[in-house]
Amino acid sequence: MAHADMDTQRLDLPEPMPQPRFQAGFITPYAFIFPALLVMLGGLLYPVFMAMYLSLYDWQIGLDLEDAPFVGLTNFSRMLTDPQVWEVLWVTMRFGFWTITIEMTLGVALALLLEKPIRGASVFRTIFILPLMVSPVVVGLIWRYLFDARVGWINYYLGAWFGIEPQIWLGDAQLAFFAIVFTDIWQWTPFIFIIVIAGLQALPSEVVEASTIDGANWWQQVFLVKLPMIKSILVIALLMRLIDVFRGMEVMLIMTGGGPGRSTELLSLHIYNRAFETQQLGYASAISVLLIVIVFAISTLILTMANPMKSRSDV
Amino acid sequence: MAGVVLRNVSKSYGNVTVIPDLSLDIEEGEFVVFVGPSGCGKSTTLRMIAGLEKVSSGQIVISGRDVTWAKPKERDIAMVFQSYALYPHMNVAQNMSFALRLDRRPKAEIEERVRIAADMLELTPYLDRKPKDLSGGQRQRVAMGRSIVRDAYVFLFDEPLSNLDAKLRSTMRTELALLHKKLDRTMIYVTHDQIEAMTMADRIVIMKDGLIQQVGTPKDVYNAPVNTFVATFIGSPSMTLVPAELSEDNGQLHVQGAGFKLPVPDRLKDTANRATGRQVTLGLRPEHFAAEARSDAFAPIDLKVKVAEYIGSSQFLAADMGGQDITAAVEVGPEADRMSDGQYFFDTSRLYLFDSNSGEAL
Ligand SMILES: Nc1ncnc2c1ncn2[C@@H]1O[C@H](COP(=O)(O)OP(=O)(O)OP(=O)(O)O)[C@@H](O)[C@H]1O
Ligand SMILES: [Mg+2]
Repeated sequence: MAHADMDTQRLDLPEPMPQPRFQAGFITPYAFIFPALLVMLGGLLYPVFMAMYLSLYDWQIGLDLEDAPFVGLTNFSRMLTDPQVWEVLWVTMRFGFWTITIEMTLGVALALLLEKPIRGASVFRTIFILPLMVSPVVVGLIWRYLFDARVGWINYYLGAWFGIEPQIWLGDAQLAFFAIVFTDIWQWTPFIFIIVIAGLQALPSEVVEASTIDGANWWQQVFLVKLPMIKSILVIALLMRLIDVFRGMEVMLIMTGGGPGRSTELLSLHIYNRAFETQQLGYASAISVLLIVIVFAISTLILTMANPMKSRSDV
Repeated sequence: MAGVVLRNVSKSYGNVTVIPDLSLDIEEGEFVVFVGPSGCGKSTTLRMIAGLEKVSSGQIVISGRDVTWAKPKERDIAMVFQSYALYPHMNVAQNMSFALRLDRRPKAEIEERVRIAADMLELTPYLDRKPKDLSGGQRQRVAMGRSIVRDAYVFLFDEPLSNLDAKLRSTMRTELALLHKKLDRTMIYVTHDQIEAMTMADRIVIMKDGLIQQVGTPKDVYNAPVNTFVATFIGSPSMTLVPAELSEDNGQLHVQGAGFKLPVPDRLKDTANRATGRQVTLGLRPEHFAAEARSDAFAPIDLKVKVAEYIGSSQFLAADMGGQDITAAVEVGPEADRMSDGQYFFDTSRLYLFDSNSGEAL
């Protein structure tokens, strides 16, 4: 630093420019995100805390909240030994396993097949994403009709083409489970497809060509180059589907109402039924806290394991 | 023995013809550089040799084997891309060993080859790093390393240095020339930078609009350009072309035009004689101008200097010669002031003559 001092002394410098009084410092970024934060807190955290709060009360519909007795953690201890909760958790896990496995596999496979600009691919791509544009309630209605035992097209065509006896799809535990899995795959495979194909098409073509030159065949190219390079996209897709499994309930509500028995009752539908059918708002809140904990745990686990935000690197 | 042979190769996309008809023999072990302006079809040609692009017609032979319809991996080639095209999810060692791993070579061999290549390219300290944690020059060397561990028969380079800064580029040019010596493999190199071509090539292939203009050693293409395109493309700064006429007086053939009258050198006498009285184009390389006459071959020319660029021991002059814009590079020593109007000299033994209509050299 001594050199610099000597140099500046020799120069005839003007008055130093005054330091501006206000400087973007520590507080500034927080000031800017504060409004957004406020909205987030209100819109996101309020319901969560409200659910936690309510879960401590035995609140029934028709009762004023002030009159609801405080029961501490009773709702939670009841939940742990409630066979219904365990049953719907098991249904949810099976549902999530089958739908996500098949949707991811099918979506990725289709994206890989339709990635190249072959004739008709773009038409097919457009038709294929139509299910995404249908609201879940309408999806439920459509498929309830299609799976209908007497007037549904599925029974009709299975009979007409394959001579299969009409099945009571939504009235049999296993068939109903199959039906909701099938419907979910129908609606959400396009979602995987569309984001994976976007990822594949954004891959730098020279890198893929380099692997061709290096001698990779189609499979090696897919599994050793392309999929690893879109890993972050795959992880995000997986995460969104997982969260949706715990969140979505409209389709089941309309197709089966969770039945027969509890064979198609997912966790969120169960919460809904608890709250509005059996009118146990406090207990339903306790189960939603469980749901929040599960979703949070899964997200954290996946995000720390795969770290999709960091693994992106362009070369 | 022929290393790589292109026989009447053509390439069209739909009804756009990019390469009309290209034939070329490349010797085994030769370093051949394709050079030409942007869009002239250099990459397309290279990619056809690599097998990344199918030929529309013609034949490609590598090491005596017809590979016209062979897949890239069946051609025994390695390629370095302009964008380096490293695998972002693999570290340097994995990037370099990818081809060998796919080929299921023994682990010890893979490690040994990666070690040697990393050593050669000074990449040993970075073997565990991902490409995103490397500088541009290091990435470039990894791309190079990825190809040399393969020990392929032909190495293909598509403008591998164009993303580097000037200094690194010149270092890498030297490295590449050394590499070629060490590996003694056929190398085909694409660039639009004529300096890269001149410094590294055994032979240069100059292309324009998908057509080969000239194939020759750097010396050939500099000293005997076949047409005005090659003449102006090779050499920096570019050759100046001015309209001129051939005339004879007192038994001496002259080329003359606005502001100059220069004797035709002996090497061009025979051909120039036949063109006497016709319109020709005179080519003057900037570096053959001088501030004073160094031999009998130097003839005086008056120049009005518009801008003199000081670059050390020489100066580049943007000047006016009888109403024509020309460029001259005169060696005047680093102490000289900026040059001004006055009499300069041109080495007439070095002048070029072209047919005005066809642009072909006389
Ligand atoms: N898929 C394509 N369809 C139509 N024209 C193409 C296609 N690919 C390349 N071309 C054309 O072929 C010509 C040659 O392209 P090429 O990439 O070989 O040029 P280049 O000599 O490598 O140029 P550069 O120095 O800019 O890399 C260009 O005019 C380009 O527009
Ligand atoms: Mg190119």
